[in-house]
Amino acid sequence: MTQPILQCKRLTKVFGAKTALAEVSLELPKGKIIGLLGPNGSGKTTLIKLAAGLLKPSEGEIRVDGNLPGIETKAVVSYLPERTYLSDWMRVCDVLDFFEDFYADFDRARAVDMLERLDITTSAKIKTMSKGTKEKVQLILVMSRKASLYLLDEPIGGVDPAARDYILNTIISNYDTNATVIISTHLIADIEQVLDEVVFISKGNVVLHSSVDEIREQNGKSVDDLFREVFKC
Amino acid sequence: MAWDLKNDRPIYLQLIEEIQRRIAAGIYYPGEKLDSVRDMAQQASVNPNTMQKALSELERDGLVYSQRTNGRYITEETEIIEKLKSDLASKQTDEFFEKMYQLGFNASQIISFVKQKANTNE
Repeated sequence: MTQPILQCKRLTKVFGAKTALAEVSLELPKGKIIGLLGPNGSGKTTLIKLAAGLLKPSEGEIRVDGNLPGIETKAVVSYLPERTYLSDWMRVCDVLDFFEDFYADFDRARAVDMLERLDITTSAKIKTMSKGTKEKVQLILVMSRKASLYLLDEPIGGVDPAARDYILNTIISNYDTNATVIISTHLIADIEQVLDEVVFISKGNVVLHSSVDEIREQNGKSVDDLFREVFKC
Repeated sequence: MAWDLKNDRPIYLQLIEEIQRRIAAGIYYPGEKLDSVRDMAQQASVNPNTMQKALSELERDGLVYSQRTNGRYITEETEIIEKLKSDLASKQTDEFFEKMYQLGFNASQIISFVKQKANTNE
């Protein structure tokens, strides 16, 4: 059997008195697009940050392609944070230089090509961009790496529906079939068509891990409808 | 051509049905080369793995075949396509009858109704 790209064993993260993740055990395979779904404050971002190596587990462990988070895993993980980290003074070409310096697997030509298709010139300043455009630039950068694991934290939150479609298309057309993409979101209806599997997370626990077609087959309803049922307030 | 996918049924089944419909309707003609899985997935806005699964099933049924590295093609065997057409027609007819029965018509009433319609449509 091939090794899972992401493996959590009794993974726990505590912030002071608050338990963000409680003994999560989870294995995610290679070559899939996986939705990490849960209401606000359920632990989605915490899990992604642990996988990205930005947080350390309080208990248990998390492994990326068999390795504990560190230099090796950061080289194969492409992470899109929920907040933009591009500095205002930069132009698009500066950011491209930046990524080229940092990541050996960055494909500059691909990034430039995608930017051109969105009419974003490389001389454009980050400062003058709208929030949505910044998000698009950042997603293009992240998807232009040839990573094994893409971690996208709320990639479609701040953009209009047309841009959302564009972003989803970018994800479908750019990930290679051995890579896994994890997308965290609560906008399920918009993305469920592109997902292989979904992980429902609630109050720091994984409550469901299943394929989208299995959910539809067994419940006769969409993932979005099931989510509304499971997390009914 | 739009891929109209519903929310409550498995996506790969709906992809299979849509491709079957296109083959039966002649939108995909016998021997036509299909776009790559990735392109088709993009056109339908679905995951490439799901499109792959649908195409594998169609391949198993003989409706499409693949040439190792050269891509996928619609079958050239007209018998298979004719069989598909009659299967789809039969399914449509079953559904129609089912609905008419629910409305309280019996078989001979339905047939005379259909005949009448056919005459006015000619």
